[in-house]
Amino acid sequence: MNKRGITLYLHVHQPYRVRDYSVFDTSENHNYFVDPDPQSNRNNEKIFNKVANKSYRPMNALLEKLLNTHPEFKVSLSITGTFMEQAEQWAPDVLESFKRLVATGRVEIVAETYYHSLAFFYSRTEFERQVEAHKAKIRELFGVETNVFRNTELAYNDDLAKWADGYGFKGILAEGWDPILDWRSPNFVYKPEGTENIALLLKNYRLSDDLAFRFSNREWQEWPLTVDKYTQWMESSIQDQPLVNLFMDYETFGEHQWEDTGIFTFFEEFVGRWLEDENNTFYTTSEAIATNEPAGVISMPETVTWADAERDLTAWVGNSMQHEAMKHIYSLEDDVMRTNDNELIADWRKLQTSDHAYYMCTKWFTDGDVHAYFSPYDSPYDAFLYYINAVRDVRWRLHETHRTGGLSG
Amino acid sequence: MKILMLGWELPPHNSGGLGVACYYLSKALARNGADIDFVVPYEAKHDNVDFMKIHSATKLSPLHKFGMGAYDSNFLLEETGQDELGELTTIRDVQKRYVDFVEQLVEGKSFDAIHAHDWLTMEAGMLAKQLTNAPLIVHVHATEFDRAGGNQGNPIVHEIEYQGLIMADRILAVSAITKDIIVKKYGIPADKIEVVHNAIDPDSLNDGYEYDNRTYRYLEGLKDEGYTIISAITRFTIQKGLANLVRAVARASEKYDRFALLLAGDGEQRDELIRLAADLGIADKIFFTGFVRGKQWRDAYSVSDVFVLSSISEPFGLTALEAAHHDNALIVTNQSGVGEVLQSIFRYDFWDVERLADQLVGIATSPALKDSLRTNILNEYARLSWHDVAKKCMSQYTKATSPGVLVGAFS
Repeated sequence: MNKRGITLYLHVHQPYRVRDYSVFDTSENHNYFVDPDPQSNRNNEKIFNKVANKSYRPMNALLEKLLNTHPEFKVSLSITGTFMEQAEQWAPDVLESFKRLVATGRVEIVAETYYHSLAFFYSRTEFERQVEAHKAKIRELFGVETNVFRNTELAYNDDLAKWADGYGFKGILAEGWDPILDWRSPNFVYKPEGTENIALLLKNYRLSDDLAFRFSNREWQEWPLTVDKYTQWMESSIQDQPLVNLFMDYETFGEHQWEDTGIFTFFEEFVGRWLEDENNTFYTTSEAIATNEPAGVISMPETVTWADAERDLTAWVGNSMQHEAMKHIYSLEDDVMRTNDNELIADWRKLQTSDHAYYMCTKWFTDGDVHAYFSPYDSPYDAFLYYINAVRDVRWRLHETHRTGGLSG
Repeated sequence: MKILMLGWELPPHNSGGLGVACYYLSKALARNGADIDFVVPYEAKHDNVDFMKIHSATKLSPLHKFGMGAYDSNFLLEETGQDELGELTTIRDVQKRYVDFVEQLVEGKSFDAIHAHDWLTMEAGMLAKQLTNAPLIVHVHATEFDRAGGNQGNPIVHEIEYQGLIMADRILAVSAITKDIIVKKYGIPADKIEVVHNAIDPDSLNDGYEYDNRTYRYLEGLKDEGYTIISAITRFTIQKGLANLVRAVARASEKYDRFALLLAGDGEQRDELIRLAADLGIADKIFFTGFVRGKQWRDAYSVSDVFVLSSISEPFGLTALEAAHHDNALIVTNQSGVGEVLQSIFRYDFWDVERLADQLVGIATSPALKDSLRTNILNEYARLSWHDVAKKCMSQYTKATSPGVLVGAFS
């Protein structure tokens, strides 16, 4: 009889935010991402250092401690390429601490697109190049291979699963969304529709979001969340089922939920409590798949994400500005790739990071839920304006330097 | 609830937003059960008013009255008209008669609240409070600091404002920006001031109006050639920050040449703006209409694609909401109160010519951006309702009459 396991998977990411890049910079100045103002919310270095202090450093220290204390404790991480580059530049110690975690052999790295992009939905060739680039960077920094795939924002559909299966991944992650699951539980391993060798792990969103979104919310009737209560919920969810998949942003710990909410102590105590029962364990994503046979086949013809009440992509491609932005950036692919100009290619790819489109979201105008959306910009229109000015500059560089492409969208 | 409302103008005899705000506020208050006596300093017909009693403080005609002088205190001591006996009058003369009239009006009457609008009526408000013991609510639509546009302003006006604010039991400010000025420049405690943003009545603009594209035919021709029409519909005074708008259009034209700027209105800065446009080499891009009313005024909004509220200091800025109604994308300075209640807009600091130019080029060159701004603000602006404003005012009247405040007033 296998042990009952928690698959804890944390997503580590920082984008390269576009500075206040004006039309007067376009065709004059090709610096999109370095904000000269040290106080600006678009200053990536400032933000990285802030989050490193609040989240990456204390949480990695805690994970290291838990790994040392509990032989059964395990965790899986997806770390984006844009994060790794920023860590290399501004916080090498943070990168070293991630390396120490991976070196324990009980921390798995999950594959994804290097640039945290939505390329799967726009260009399969570009998408594969970014998956390759990510694999290479993980190999270079951590000396490990990735076997399980997650797409940006957990955006998943049957086509993605088929692609990942064909590519050779053993597992893939998705949201355990009720309308898809119907009567089925997310606490099993499944097989994606139309695939041969790949397994599907589904996020238990209730137990995940209790930590990621609700933990410090005083309006929540369950606040404050105690270890007792959460362990009890975990027990009643897992009962005679094999696993619970807790998927969330790494930055839940310390950044979304600040240290003074008690999130770190809560988590440390919870891990200890869970492992007091010798029937309990933690799984990495690969172990969860290897240990459990698929309980059935799941099909998601339409794209499902881990975002919002709708679990769709509307926060990224829900309005015309977002559609325009994506259309213009991906239409440059052939011309950009033909240049072999690595700097230009890297800039173009950094502009594919999904966060840029997210900052242009206007959904909250109708929801009235301003605070549900985090953005470094004063408005979605500012986000679009600076972005489109940068896209035009990429076009300009193609035209001027490489005599390729045209200046009109 | 009996309210003595002390105003300076009502549509159609208004020269600006003060009259519009007073009209819709009173109408909404009346619907909420308020019984209003409204005093104006002139005599004229108000066929559109059946929800309150209007009292004329003088026999002056609204035509030769105050014009812009009602807003700009540098006209304060200039002659504004002739009274019924043929004597020349200044605003101060009119104000004195207004006070005398209010003194007679309140005799033997009682009110639940006295609601005075801006410095023009504050003296009358203070006297009415003294005579009736009713609480005084001072409604600040603009201070002398706003009107002076960075200059000193008129010391007499400052003094009247200061006294009125001190004597008021409650103060209503049309924006957080205005509240901040009242606290910082006049030293009034913040807890005495309530921010009550203005609103707009979309029905008032749905009066059978249809856009006539012949009014601004030349601009329509430019639009056919792909031009983006930027507009400002306002008085040409320093407070409105139009020189920076002209500079921004010149700067934007370096990157994209299909801009035209429609400046609808008039004022002391007009010649300076014409000169500036010529100096910058964009004289042929700027269209001065002079003072516009009625259809010309509505059509100016309609022909425009982007409306810019460029004010250096704007307590509210109703014109932005009117522009939104006419399907404009909005760009509003951070120094304009209306920006506090809107999301779907571009903002900039009034001095930031580069940013405004960037925003103009962005809107002109990206249909998705322009359409998003237009559509989203159209869905947003009409949520601001005078009914909500009236409810806020009613609760302030009640708050002002509560025993706690009275004890304070007698001590």
